[in-house]
Amino acid sequence: MTRQMTGAKMVVQALRDQGVDVVFGYPGGAVLPIYDEIFQQNDIRHILVRHEQGAVHAAEGYARSTGKPGVVLVTSGPGATNAVTGMTDALMDSIPLVVLTGQVPTFMIGNDAFQEADTVGITRPCTKHNWLVSDTARLADTIHQAFHVATSGRPGPVLIDIPKDVQFASADYIPPQKARISHYQPQTKGDTRAITDLVAAMETAKRPIFYTGGGVINSGPEATRLLRELVDATGIPTTSTLMGLGAYPANGPHWLGMLGMHGLYEANMAMHDCDLMINIGARFDDRITGRVDAFSPDSVKAHIDIDPSSINKVIRADIPIVGDIATVLAELLEIWTARGRKVNREAIGKWTAKIAEWKKVDCLKFTQKGGVIKPQYALQRLEALTRDHDRYICTEVGQHQMWAAQYLGFNDPNRWMTSGGLGTMGYGFPASIGVQIAHPEALVINVAGEASWLMNMQEMGTAMQYRLPVKQFILNNERLGMVRQWQELLHGERYSSSWSESLPDFVKLAEAFGAKGIICKDPVDLDDAIMEMLAHDGPVIFDCLVEKHENCFPMIPSGEPHNKMLLGEVSTKDAIKAGGAVLV
Amino acid sequence: MSPLKIKKGSSKHSAYNLRPNFSDVQETHTLAVIVDNEPGVLARVIGLFSGRGYNIDSLTVAEVDHTGHTSRITIVTTGTPQVIEQIKAQLGRIVPVHEVHDLTVEGPSVERELALLKVQGEGDKRVEALRLADIFRANAVDSTLNSFVFEITGAPDKIDAFAELMRPLGLVEMARTGVAALPRGV
Repeated sequence: MTRQMTGAKMVVQALRDQGVDVVFGYPGGAVLPIYDEIFQQNDIRHILVRHEQGAVHAAEGYARSTGKPGVVLVTSGPGATNAVTGMTDALMDSIPLVVLTGQVPTFMIGNDAFQEADTVGITRPCTKHNWLVSDTARLADTIHQAFHVATSGRPGPVLIDIPKDVQFASADYIPPQKARISHYQPQTKGDTRAITDLVAAMETAKRPIFYTGGGVINSGPEATRLLRELVDATGIPTTSTLMGLGAYPANGPHWLGMLGMHGLYEANMAMHDCDLMINIGARFDDRITGRVDAFSPDSVKAHIDIDPSSINKVIRADIPIVGDIATVLAELLEIWTARGRKVNREAIGKWTAKIAEWKKVDCLKFTQKGGVIKPQYALQRLEALTRDHDRYICTEVGQHQMWAAQYLGFNDPNRWMTSGGLGTMGYGFPASIGVQIAHPEALVINVAGEASWLMNMQEMGTAMQYRLPVKQFILNNERLGMVRQWQELLHGERYSSSWSESLPDFVKLAEAFGAKGIICKDPVDLDDAIMEMLAHDGPVIFDCLVEKHENCFPMIPSGEPHNKMLLGEVSTKDAIKAGGAVLV
Repeated sequence: MSPLKIKKGSSKHSAYNLRPNFSDVQETHTLAVIVDNEPGVLARVIGLFSGRGYNIDSLTVAEVDHTGHTSRITIVTTGTPQVIEQIKAQLGRIVPVHEVHDLTVEGPSVERELALLKVQGEGDKRVEALRLADIFRANAVDSTLNSFVFEITGAPDKIDAFAELMRPLGLVEMARTGVAALPRGV
């Protein structure tokens, strides 16, 4: 039996059939029929943001913290263009999103109509796929396809552009089970021969390392469970990218900490000196590899990834395995077990001892002295006072983001929401709203810098409207800290436009929205102030005034390999050579 | 420790096929891409090449299955083996792309291009142009007292050679379709 309904009703019905319970959006002329349908039902909750970019980041936060696709609804023209940054962010970090945009009626497309933009043209390079639906009869089917594409294979954002006349017209509704089968069916099972080769390499490797990424988390809870089983059974040291934090627990015995440009000394040294590198769901990003021709020179490299284009893109894989992480790890464990669960224990013991020596360098040490709060100290205290909570952490982008990755511990996946690939300032606050919507009872903290936070501060209105007790923990150095650090290291300490002039009084700003504001200047008051933040049942802006010219270390200077890390304030001058200066 | 000695596999789904040599030699490859004939699909393919900085030497596209609505895009591209492998992998993950074939490595193939050349001239030059066209099996598809339009089909090299010969004889304008290609045999 088929059901006739309008395109607008179809949108709501299709979302309901796809299991959507929340939509982040902002209305406008070209989506009014859909908003009218949303108004007349209670299954799907609509969260009204204050800017379309906020809607997309909130949906990203929702998606990352639940593993489900995030859904966004915005209008044509400026609504769609404002969503572009968020979609690009989701594409870079492989976050499943379904973005619905209104469009001017089909008969006006191409006429430069009011609020018209070539949305599918503009968003083609920043979505995994997009559709302009010109016939109501195809609308439901397209939405079902969109969910399939967004969530299968390497996840990503998709967009459906729906002209207003298509929303008004009626057609038969097609339920998900009757939707066209997409030919888009990415391969999930790895090549058994390659997996066997990897097992053979694992059995004899003297200095193996697991280098894991966001792909483990995207693959789902089973992938995390299998990774932990594999690491703990083999005893192989494990490091992770920024995106992969939490897949292997920070309190696990084989954890090395994050690797990369601001990664831990022991993790980077181990990457450089290993003889077998097993990349699980990471993509050899330039923040990880540093200088490519000097990247881990003596290792055999295995690479497991669901996206064939990630393999051999940057670093040649000796053992390439295309497949879903959970599926591949299950087969890997099966083959390894069938062959007698062998590893070279003696050699790995020596390797672990060597790593223990690197750990003694204690690359994250700092001294909190005097009356000014060190940002590292603020995060260390935040970690100590919140680690036992049901906690989700978001961040903005910059120094505070790297410090958060270094000083906070993540023992579970989907607890860490940060803009990795695109590095989007303004991501964290709206993301924290999406996380809190998905987890109303949890403690959601956005570790922010004052400059990033101001980029999407309008979302205070959203937090207040929906009574979301998100904690905005702002490390305020009155600087664009990471920009300033690079200017110090690369541009002769000429701090061009990298200070935050005319900052608001954050306490008064909070109060203006009806929220709570806390300011903390003295290290002695820090614990009490954090406890006050945690005790408040509502949104809090925590203005933590920190050391203004603190630099983020360790750091691999641009154009250098992993074993040339800068560890601290020691002679950073001229550390970056001319060739490295052109890199970002 | 030296890289593992792994034999190059040939099964369709084996990632071993993706292992390039990482050599610096520039190679020219002909790719056949089968896509859904839907709005924007060509823009996706071209956008991939421009966005990621790959070369397009030639590109042809037309619907080849009117009932299944699939088109065949033939792309001739140049790059190092690593870049060629990336291009294929990137094309493969575009959602409306069904198949990507590298005709250059998948065995012998036939490559043909059609060109129209307008040659203006009188007297001996006109006679010489007609004589060369005969040698190249080009047809005169338009003729006036002082011009010809020749139609020539062949591999791109042959068309290049013909155009070079026509240049001193009064070549004024040329249109080329780009390469269409199919593998030989079945």
